[in-house]
Amino acid sequence: MKAIQNSEQLLSVRIWRGKKDGRFVTYQVPVRDNQTVLDVVTEVQRLHEPGLSYRFACRVGVCGSCAMMVNGKPRWTCRTHVNKVIDEDVLTIEPLRNLPHIKDLVCDMAPFIDTWQKAGAPFSSTQTRSQPPAKVDPESPTRRAADASLQCINCGVCYSACDVVNWNRDYLGPAALNRAWTLVNDVRHSKRQQTFDMAFSEGGCGSCHSHGNCTRHCPIELSPSESIAGLKRLAFTGLPKEL
Amino acid sequence: MERRLFVVQRLTAMILAPLVIIHLGLILVAVRDGLTAAEILARTQGSVFWAIFYGLFVLVVAIHAPIGVRKVLKEWTELEDSTINSFCWMLALLLLVLGFRAVAAVV
Ligand code: SF4
Ligand code: SF4
Ligand code: FES
Repeated sequence: MKAIQNSEQLLSVRIWRGKKDGRFVTYQVPVRDNQTVLDVVTEVQRLHEPGLSYRFACRVGVCGSCAMMVNGKPRWTCRTHVNKVIDEDVLTIEPLRNLPHIKDLVCDMAPFIDTWQKAGAPFSSTQTRSQPPAKVDPESPTRRAADASLQCINCGVCYSACDVVNWNRDYLGPAALNRAWTLVNDVRHSKRQQTFDMAFSEGGCGSCHSHGNCTRHCPIELSPSESIAGLKRLAFTGLPKEL
Repeated sequence: MERRLFVVQRLTAMILAPLVIIHLGLILVAVRDGLTAAEILARTQGSVFWAIFYGLFVLVVAIHAPIGVRKVLKEWTELEDSTINSFCWMLALLLLVLGFRAVAAVV
């Protein structure tokens, strides 16, 4: 328990409790070295407010389940250090924006996951199980384009950061379109044209305002706005042919 | 459909960019020493070049603007898609008619 006593200094944390008609409750938590926002939420839940609902799993930036609004900005809380985001000694933590709110810091991620399907996400292979794996040149332009946009952890931070999603829930949003971009560039995907058509349908990439707030907030530094710009370019040229 | 409109709007924007610059430049030159209707007509009448130039201008604007207005209305209003589409068709027609009338009047 030594770690719990390494500071006299207290941090004021305002956490949203309840549903839409809830309120902020302020808790005092000791300041600690290398403390993350998720550490703070966990400490509040363990020591002050056992009923506090929040999500996390890996605590090391892999699973994408811990995203919340921290001082007004969407962040992956397990990798966000308090001292990087604190504003005048106060930390305000709310559920992610743009998603239905369930309770405390928990949102319903279903609408976000649904957008992936609507943007043509399921991968469908050109090969059957009995065929040898497709050979893909790692240096080919399509593979490089796809590679640059992989590794999304589905955290929903970009979806929450996007103002177009905020005013139009039919917009597919940055993460789903980023995924569509990787599939359109994946020569092993048998439905590239279909994915492209879905990504460009009503509410698709034509609705993006290119203001890049998604890219600015993506914790693993992907660039959904660049992927969307790539899709828009393909509207002029058609899908890349080469293998 | 969305994709086609997107492409057409971008292509018309590319055509419009130089036309607008020439148009603005022309205004500056034309008003050099005061501007009268007679003076304008003296310059434009019988000019095939300006007739084609502004004819193209009108055509491209009538395509470009309604597509943009359609998108704005979709984003900012609760109107039905069919209402928005009809409105934009009318806007296109209006721009075409007014534009060509103006072109016809000065050539
Ligand atoms: S660039 Fe597009 S997807 Fe990204 S935040 Fe802006 S509108 Fe949303
Ligand atoms: S693109 Fe980035 S911000 Fe968006 S869901 Fe994926 S990892 Fe999160
Ligand atoms: S808890 Fe897994 S990414 Fe934060």
